Amino acid sequence: MGGNVFATPSAYVVGAFEHPMRDAGDKTLAQIQAEVAHGALADAGVGKDDVDGFFCGPDAPGTGPLSIAEYLNLTNLRHLDTTNTSGSSYLIHVAHAAQAIAAGKCNVALITLAGRPRAEGRGKGSLARRDDPNQPDHQWEHPFGIQIVNVYGMVAARHMHQHGTTSEQLAWIKVAASHHAQHNRDALLRDVVSVADVVGSPMIADPLHRLDCCVVTDGGGALVVVREEIARSLRRPLVRLRGSGEAPMHLSGGYFDITSSAAVRSGRTAFAEAGVAPADIQYVSLYDSFTITVLVQLEDLGFCAKGAGGRFVADGNLISGVGRLPFNTDGGGLCSNHPGNRGGMTKVIETVRQLRSEAHPAVQVKGCALALANGIGGQLGVRHASATLIMERL
Amino acid sequence: MQRRYPDPIPSAETQPFWDAARAGKLLLRHAVTTGRAHWYPRSLCPFTGEATEWREASGRGTIYSFSVMRRATPPYVMAYVTLMEGPTVMTNIVECDPDTIRIGDAVSVTFVTSEGGFALPVFRPEPKA
Repeated sequence: MGGNVFATPSAYVVGAFEHPMRDAGDKTLAQIQAEVAHGALADAGVGKDDVDGFFCGPDAPGTGPLSIAEYLNLTNLRHLDTTNTSGSSYLIHVAHAAQAIAAGKCNVALITLAGRPRAEGRGKGSLARRDDPNQPDHQWEHPFGIQIVNVYGMVAARHMHQHGTTSEQLAWIKVAASHHAQHNRDALLRDVVSVADVVGSPMIADPLHRLDCCVVTDGGGALVVVREEIARSLRRPLVRLRGSGEAPMHLSGGYFDITSSAAVRSGRTAFAEAGVAPADIQYVSLYDSFTITVLVQLEDLGFCAKGAGGRFVADGNLISGVGRLPFNTDGGGLCSNHPGNRGGMTKVIETVRQLRSEAHPAVQVKGCALALANGIGGQLGVRHASATLIMERL
Repeated sequence: MQRRYPDPIPSAETQPFWDAARAGKLLLRHAVTTGRAHWYPRSLCPFTGEATEWREASGRGTIYSFSVMRRATPPYVMAYVTLMEGPTVMTNIVECDPDTIRIGDAVSVTFVTSEGGFALPVFRPEPKA
């Protein structure tokens, strides 16, 4: 690994908790927020009153963080951050927590996510903002029937056109996720599937089949990020944030390449800050709203050349114990959990499990000491924000 | 079954576009001095910040990408079309067999009527040579 030429804030992820539920019809959003918050605090071994920084997304009901801070009765807060880039928000919160800790603005940061789209009958993702006529793109997209899945369908179709990617190659991503999900007792979908199962499932929006799409689940998760002295005083494995990056991408006035993502820039920043290269990474959590999302991130983060993602993922290369780059060993959003239609939180949680050697033994990467988590919030193909975290086990 | 198109919600900045569409014209916004066209229309050029003006577009372009919404009733073709003038726009492909259109196919503009009576610019395949 190369030298670290950037000043990296020393922040540690000491608490991580994923809600075990996938259907939460009998729970309120606030209850789920509280259960994941206390789950992560208990995992870390810190008390509620130690929390002085609170980070949440718009999934927290009420004005910004206020109603949930009250529900949790957080009384010692002195730093708030409600950065919203949809599903990638929670990775950005980890990076911002590290920055706030380095700046002396807080010592113990709590990050939460909760959602119940299944209970609320919302199967199509976080589309609420599309109904705001003040959003300047709304009138140019809404009348034509824009959905999350058909924009990702256009990304996949264009990738196939430019690079010769096939549906069978995309299917390998789901196949790998399903191999991991069979070991996760909380996963929504635990059956191992084949390439034939994926390409034989109903077409939703060409060229994406039903099994190219992530699950819709209720639940959530939380993280606790602290400064070094506190981390060393706790009895948990030391998981340090080594580098991070965030970047948006949009349609640039009508001149764009939808096969590329903001992960090019967020990844470059994170790798430079961490002083490591893609070849050093032993495990990746990649945002998997759709199979094509994973493929684009693998290319843009530098795990393979642009256009080579299809060949890279084929033949089980993402399966732990089989391939070169194990990914989403909890089953990911494709099989296990995509709580609140926001997959970033669970990406960080499984990365922490791997670095602590607390993943399921069947999928645990041996000696996992350096891992990457990436989130794509919003939508590839229109506008999105990528967030990259590189974390290490000390 | 006929497809029902949602209405756009025009703003003061974009009303001339929708008025022209009702008359069967596709307008683009161009930077006044550089002449460069952009999408979607803005009063300040997204490349330079200079003033922009409406100009009528050729209405011709090629399919950049598309996806058929198989689950919709009736199914429809979501698409990006790259216009002759340069920018790529979100639209639908109509009057076509979704199983035979391809990326790169030549298309030309036509207009369909939304639920509330707006004219929406969509594209149909040019007859193949």
